[in-house]
Amino acid sequence: MNMKGSVCIMNDHIMNTNENAGSRSRLQKKFSELRAHNRKGLIIYICAGDPDIRTTFNMAKAIAKAGADVIELGVPFSDPLADGPVIQAASTRALASGTNVKKILALVDSLRYEDDFPKIPLVLMTYLNPVYRYGLAEFVRDAAAAGVDGLIVPDLPAGEEESAELINAMSGPDIFMDLIPLVAPTSTDERIRAAADIARSFIYCVSLTGVTGARDSLPAGLEGFIGRVRSLTDKPVAVGFGISTPEHAREAARHADAVIVGSAIVKTIHDVTTSMGTGPAALASVRAVVEGFKNAITARPACSDS
Amino acid sequence: MTSARNALPARFGSFGGQYVPETLMPALDQLEEAYLASRADESFRQEFEYYLRCYAGRPTPLYFAEGLTRHYGRAKIYLKREDLAHTGAHKINNALGQVLLAKRMGKTRIIAETGAGQHGVATATACAKFSIPCAVYMGEEDIERQRLNVFRMRLLGAEVISVSQGSRTLKDAINEAIRDWVTNVATTHYVIGSVVGPHPYPTMVRDFQSVIGMETREQVLAVEGRLPSYLVACVGGGSNAMGFFHPFVGDPTVRFIGVEAAGAGIETGRHAATLTAGSPGVLHGAKSFLLQDNDGQVLPAYSISAGLDYPGVGPEHAYFKETGRATYVSATDKEALDAFLMLSEVEGIIPALESAHAIAYLDKLLPQTTPDDIVVVCLSGRGDKDVETVEKVLQGCMK
Repeated sequence: MNMKGSVCIMNDHIMNTNENAGSRSRLQKKFSELRAHNRKGLIIYICAGDPDIRTTFNMAKAIAKAGADVIELGVPFSDPLADGPVIQAASTRALASGTNVKKILALVDSLRYEDDFPKIPLVLMTYLNPVYRYGLAEFVRDAAAAGVDGLIVPDLPAGEEESAELINAMSGPDIFMDLIPLVAPTSTDERIRAAADIARSFIYCVSLTGVTGARDSLPAGLEGFIGRVRSLTDKPVAVGFGISTPEHAREAARHADAVIVGSAIVKTIHDVTTSMGTGPAALASVRAVVEGFKNAITARPACSDS
Repeated sequence: MTSARNALPARFGSFGGQYVPETLMPALDQLEEAYLASRADESFRQEFEYYLRCYAGRPTPLYFAEGLTRHYGRAKIYLKREDLAHTGAHKINNALGQVLLAKRMGKTRIIAETGAGQHGVATATACAKFSIPCAVYMGEEDIERQRLNVFRMRLLGAEVISVSQGSRTLKDAINEAIRDWVTNVATTHYVIGSVVGPHPYPTMVRDFQSVIGMETREQVLAVEGRLPSYLVACVGGGSNAMGFFHPFVGDPTVRFIGVEAAGAGIETGRHAATLTAGSPGVLHGAKSFLLQDNDGQVLPAYSISAGLDYPGVGPEHAYFKETGRATYVSATDKEALDAFLMLSEVEGIIPALESAHAIAYLDKLLPQTTPDDIVVVCLSGRGDKDVETVEKVLQGCMK
């Protein structure tokens, strides 16, 4: 629980890209490390509390063992309007199992005592209302204390007042937590620049115009879109939405610093826990699937340009 | 930053805003721009007014409800007869405005959500008129209880898409419509049916519906030579109420009363009285009042009236509540049913169950008035769509 750096107080949310001195968040360290080793990152999303918090705890450990670079925990919401059917259904199950923000923060706190977790960044993906209801400043305080490294809020576009309030709360002393901005293919250059200004660790590129969920192929314009983002910022970019297979991940990783896999894993967790329960066999199956993604993005030697 | 970026104010006090996935932000900017340009364009205004007059049947009458007035023996009661507009409710005003705007923006497909089916029918009507493909999202449960309107939409050539997620009512129909819009935003315009959703919808829908209040103002001045003391309207999302109230917003002597659906009773928790019993939160792109639990999860709403069965409310109503400009009260299913029967008998007008909530409040309001007062009720829709529901309930009572 006491993993935070202790020296640097970040009092400005807009970080210089060449900032290096002092303590940085786990996320910033992770993305620097990935670049330094010319590696691509794997970010795995799971819905916290589906089917229950205890299983999520065990799944997170299995996913870390499989080599995930970052774990994203979804906070279930009654009205997940950016999500497709797989994550909608997972959210419904998680709410039915009694999951809420407090329990998810307790889960993060307990994970921090496990192997691998001192270093693995943990990010929460949540719609605004549960956080708004909790209280923005109180949420940042409690989440940072529990060891949350970042926050993704799909219905809070850059520029809304809560975005500034969250960033402000995250600029407090001893808080190393990032608000991770999203950009989409429809984003104007101006909005991408605004997102890049906010981003401390990485920018979340939504690969397509649509909701989360499996697709047959990657969107045709992905390379061009990532290229456009790259031309506007040198902050690291992670690409997510619709990355359904290790092949997709391999291809997306050619363009991005990291890939985010969500629905494919959420579906796997649901399938295996339904068919074989929540024991070691289920955990091993999920681990194997994550390893498949990990191998896909690391198998290729780092000789190609991107 | 939002307010600096937007040409129109994006908020009403602290309510409103644009809480949507990033993908939609450019579409909202485009919509705001197109809407502003259309407002400034005389030819657009003339076209809109032409269709309101010759197609939708405006102006709708302001009717002196003699029987109702005699029934209470206090203030004079007028009904603003939106039930006489084409398709049977005020919803056509906004549907025509937005479909004309979508045409102007070059959109080739329209989507909408609907609860009672009135907005779906209005949008399907405007799309048939202007030959634009239309898909309407509707909760499974609402499809059940509003079968007549489902059939009407299909007759009008619209595709009705059944929504089986969540509460299977209006809230989830909006979720699905937003998901469709995020996916097809390049070609598709989303015709939101109430003063809800992200900016600029609450402002734009209010403006399209303001014809109700502007006509009322002119009509009441013509017959009475003075402004009314009270305006009474039902509030689900709140579009008929806001369109009715807003042209009087600068007249402090005109009091606004919004009537929410208390369902089985506020104390039972089974209701849709968002402003009466909810708290601030963010849903469907705006900050407003919400029915929610302590964890910020949206609670299912309940009302006998499908059009009021919504756990949110337009952000400008939240602002009116906060500033005290309007008073929000509620009527139960039973009170609304009684009003439904009473208005049918006393005036020969079968109101929509939504509008019956506004009528129901007269029982409480009228004793506080004097014969010098003028009360205008917005009769937002006709009750043909509800007779089946009411018949079932009455049969249940008789058994």
